[in-house]
Amino acid sequence: MAEQQQRPIIPSRGTGPRMVFQKPKNIGATTRRILVYFGSSKYALIIVFTMLFISTGSALAGSYFLKPLVNNYILPGNLRGLAVALAVLGAIYLVGVVASYFQGRVMVRIGQKTANLMRKDLFEKLQDLPLKFFDAHTHGELMSRFTNDIDNVEMAIEQSVVSLISSVLIFAGTLVMMVILSPILFVVAAIILVLMIFLSTTLSKKSTGYFRIQQKSLGSLNGYIEEMVEGLKVVKVFGHEHVASSEFSGLNEKFRSSATTATFLSGVVMPIMGNLGRVLYATVAIVGGLLAISGRLDTGSLVAFLQYSYQISQPINQITNQLSVVLAALAGAERIFEVMDQQVEVDDGTVTLVNVMYVEDGTEDGALVEAPANTKTDEWAWSVPGTNGHTLVPLKGDVRFDHVAFSYDGVTPVLKDISLYAKPGQTIALVGSTGAGKTTISNLINRFYDIQEGVITYDGVDIKTIHKSDLRHSLGMVLQDTHLFTGTVVGNIRYGRLDATNDECKLAAKRASADSFIRRLPQGYDTVITGDGGNLSQGQRQLLAIARAYVADPPVMILDEATSSIDTRTEHLIEQGMDALMEGRTVFVIAHRLSTIHNANAIIVLEHGEIVERGNHNSLLAEKGRYYQLYTGQTTLE
Amino acid sequence: MIRKLWSYIGSYKSLIILSPIFVMFDVVCELSMPFLMGKIVDKGIPALNLQYIIQIGILMIGLALVAMLFGSLNHRLAAVVSQGYAANLRQALFDQVQSFSFSNIDTFSTASLVTRLTNDVTQLQNTLLMSMRMLTRAPLMLICALVFAITINAKLAIIMFIAIPVLVAGISLVVGQAERFFKAVQEKIDAVNSTVEENLIGIRVVKAFVRAPYEKTKFKKSSDELSDTAIRAGNLVVTIMPIMLLILNTATIAVIWFGGRMVANRQLGTGQLAGFISYVMLILQSVLMVSTIFMMLARARASAQRIIEVLDTIPSIADKDQALPGSAAAVAEEPTVQHGGIEFRHVDFKYTATGKGENVLSDINVAIQPGEFVALVGGTGSGKSTMVSLIPRLYDVTNGQVLVGDVDVRDYRLATLRCAIGVVLQNNVLFSGTIRENLMWGNPAASQQEIEEAAQNAQAHDFIMAFPDGYDTDLGQGGVNVSGGQKQRLCIARALLKKPRILIMDDSTSAVDSDTEAKIRASFRENLKDTTILTIAQRISSVQEADKIIVLDDGRIVGIGTHAELIASNPAYQAICASQIEGVVVNG
Repeated sequence: MAEQQQRPIIPSRGTGPRMVFQKPKNIGATTRRILVYFGSSKYALIIVFTMLFISTGSALAGSYFLKPLVNNYILPGNLRGLAVALAVLGAIYLVGVVASYFQGRVMVRIGQKTANLMRKDLFEKLQDLPLKFFDAHTHGELMSRFTNDIDNVEMAIEQSVVSLISSVLIFAGTLVMMVILSPILFVVAAIILVLMIFLSTTLSKKSTGYFRIQQKSLGSLNGYIEEMVEGLKVVKVFGHEHVASSEFSGLNEKFRSSATTATFLSGVVMPIMGNLGRVLYATVAIVGGLLAISGRLDTGSLVAFLQYSYQISQPINQITNQLSVVLAALAGAERIFEVMDQQVEVDDGTVTLVNVMYVEDGTEDGALVEAPANTKTDEWAWSVPGTNGHTLVPLKGDVRFDHVAFSYDGVTPVLKDISLYAKPGQTIALVGSTGAGKTTISNLINRFYDIQEGVITYDGVDIKTIHKSDLRHSLGMVLQDTHLFTGTVVGNIRYGRLDATNDECKLAAKRASADSFIRRLPQGYDTVITGDGGNLSQGQRQLLAIARAYVADPPVMILDEATSSIDTRTEHLIEQGMDALMEGRTVFVIAHRLSTIHNANAIIVLEHGEIVERGNHNSLLAEKGRYYQLYTGQTTLE
Repeated sequence: MIRKLWSYIGSYKSLIILSPIFVMFDVVCELSMPFLMGKIVDKGIPALNLQYIIQIGILMIGLALVAMLFGSLNHRLAAVVSQGYAANLRQALFDQVQSFSFSNIDTFSTASLVTRLTNDVTQLQNTLLMSMRMLTRAPLMLICALVFAITINAKLAIIMFIAIPVLVAGISLVVGQAERFFKAVQEKIDAVNSTVEENLIGIRVVKAFVRAPYEKTKFKKSSDELSDTAIRAGNLVVTIMPIMLLILNTATIAVIWFGGRMVANRQLGTGQLAGFISYVMLILQSVLMVSTIFMMLARARASAQRIIEVLDTIPSIADKDQALPGSAAAVAEEPTVQHGGIEFRHVDFKYTATGKGENVLSDINVAIQPGEFVALVGGTGSGKSTMVSLIPRLYDVTNGQVLVGDVDVRDYRLATLRCAIGVVLQNNVLFSGTIRENLMWGNPAASQQEIEEAAQNAQAHDFIMAFPDGYDTDLGQGGVNVSGGQKQRLCIARALLKKPRILIMDDSTSAVDSDTEAKIRASFRENLKDTTILTIAQRISSVQEADKIIVLDDGRIVGIGTHAELIASNPAYQAICASQIEGVVVNG
């Protein structure tokens, strides 16, 4: 029976083995936090525990009933009384069955609801965490919070907690019944029971130790599999197959030997405990028989006592088994809460983006006022709170860096004393070798990371004072690594602006030069694409990303040009798309294409986090400096 | 399917046969307990026969110890066999995957291969473990308990013959229904997982577009759906226990009622009645056990199929003489790569082995001399990568011939051929371990001097030395500790260490700045004079000094010549150049 209850009822979400023997650090606090998630289900718990008492009581009473049945009705041959008694027994059983059914249903509900709430909370929390957090954690690690950890919590709630409590109740109840039936026999039983409990805890401790070793070698085995499969093509190209195979064989053998011991130790508990239970049973039979002969015990009591001894190894097994499941769940919950306790991305900006309109006031332009809530205009402005109300600053797209310094880890400087400005409508090209800090600059404008020194202003407003979501609404981004989401093509374009109509999305695609390839797809704009964009080429995905940025229509764009893997024809399309996107906007472009650089208003040459040259194409070429070298790809070699 | 999987049992075959024997001893000993107990209550106690009670009691303790021994032995056996089998299977799978050709690899995704080698194998291991513990045990228990029950009282045993079919029917009804629900739950789980995964991968996009609220709503929907479906499935599953209890309890009451009457009529002893009740419980428990086994086997079936799919995949590229390894004829005829000359003769290629689909390469004819520096240019999908991958026989041609060192590549042993060719793939990977360990993939016996030489040629030495641990710097899994450009240079150095006759670089300097790239080219010119170099690059500056430039368009060669020749006369090449160097033309 113990074996069956170990198996998950519902297919598990997890990918790894479910037993992770990590001890929870703070059982009390974690349990209390999980209980918060029970919410209104808390009251249902009262029902569950009532049901639990009823069903456990019913099971215990059932065995105890054997005594009066045998003594009062069966032995004297009182069939009428027997019938009545059996009817009562049947009623007790029935109540127990009904109770256990409802208890099961309620627990499934509580378990699933709790897991669902936690899952949603965790996901929402993740959305609010800063990029720094994602840099420090692998996807696999975060995924396992959603899969293994939440799974463990859910399993524990659905099955283990109830089963643990009921086993404790049964065990305690059995002991009480034994004392009531025969104190002398109880003493005999207790000696063997102590031995059983001792053996059970020793064995489970030992197997936990081996499981830890197993888990460790499983980790390195799986890691090796993952690496070699991912790098399979490289393995083949280097003819490394037999080396990989023999290395794998070593890890495989190591895992096999530790896993064998761990599996054996965790399994052997069952025959040992079960049969010790039978030794107990036989001992009780002998001693009980002696007591019965000497007249100090009636047959009914003996039969009932034997029935209890026969079953007692089960709750002991259950308690040790379920306890480890519950502990694993608590450890999982702690890991979940750890993520939830992370500092969210701070957004204390007070400057917001508002829809505005100009009204006649006698001046040439008119006065800028906030548009009424029900009208939508094409004009936007920053609303800067001051001592006497809000000041409106028109959104234009003027971005300035003033002596900005930045470091990802607070130790190694990545950008040093960067000052640059982009007037509305200008294109600023960032060039430099890999690791010079081009991407970092673009990540600072939208505040993916916060600068340590200096100021970045947007239309004269310090971006630190701008509400983050409004700041990002005013910025567009096309990254080199194009991420799309599973869904239709039009849905992916609409990601740029959720209220965009189908026509607006199509128009954006046309401007981005994506229209022609989209229309050639099997279902055109309604073609479903997968998140990894498996059915689109790299260039096509880039075109979609441009269309996506287009539909958002922000005054400032950050572009990371693609370098490789795109054919010239598609590249030409992308070039067209990008150029259309750049029109009339302030653009920061991490440039690789000469035509982009050539057309830029200013070129910033970065080297090791510092601006080493700036100017336009002609002036920089004339300087014959770093830019000239990069541009011509001809550096003299010593 | 089972036969195929069974073949990996290997030396454990003899051990697995012992298991049912152990189980039988265990079960018989265990099940004789209630029977013997009945004897004590009925014969020993009423007759006040102390000796009899002690005799039977000691017999019972003895049997329990025997059962413990055999039970433990079987558990040991189950652990050894199931883990041993899993290890065999895992190794077979791993070796099989290693023997895959590129076109085999293309048909499986990395994630799915990893799952098959890890989870699916574990699933089968668990199934075997549980089967060895329960598959023989459950039916044996059922039969033994029935025999004992009939021995005690045949009439009373009739109750069992009614209860068992009812229980079987009830459970199979639930289990049958449950499968459908499980499938639905699995689908919802996949949906939730893929939502999370995509969100994590695209977190920058989510943040840049301020789409957190949208993502939250999307997730909420799929999470709620999962929860609702799981509750429905769970509600079904929780009926199993009550059904089992209901039938068990009804049977118990029936046994007490009819048995009680028999006891009253002196046809049955009290102890026998109690023993019989114990058997009722054991019988119904074993039926439940059988049903769990079926559920488990059903679940394992999917894993087994996925594993077999891998095992049954025939590596599409293998050595000609692999059927007769080491045969005298094979050794004698084994050619070695004499020089780095390459020739394509009327080569057609399509990716589908079946020959369907469009040609990726059509009628490719070109001869490359040993030591030449050759560049391939052309748009994506024009077939550049495909063309170079035919040289180390990563794929086999559909028609025509590829010759290396004047010998058809299919006539070499794969190891011989690939040993002579250094390939830097487009999506290259480094492995966990130190820089040195990674570089030594190219040559396991390389000396420090050779390693440094290769690194210097790839312009990697300086940045390697800038790390505190130099060549012993740990790269972390997948080479996470180096930048993209550094990674590419390490990959080039790794290929150089092979001292190959032919070096193929498929867009492998894309993340290296043009400055460094020029240095790499210069050192190649200097130090790799005898090596044939094939390079695919996007930047014209990277290819213009090649001895020979091959222009590909739509799988055909549309031009071969030097930069000067092509720029003068080849429209396709002119177009490629125009998009890239107009700045130079205008300003230069």
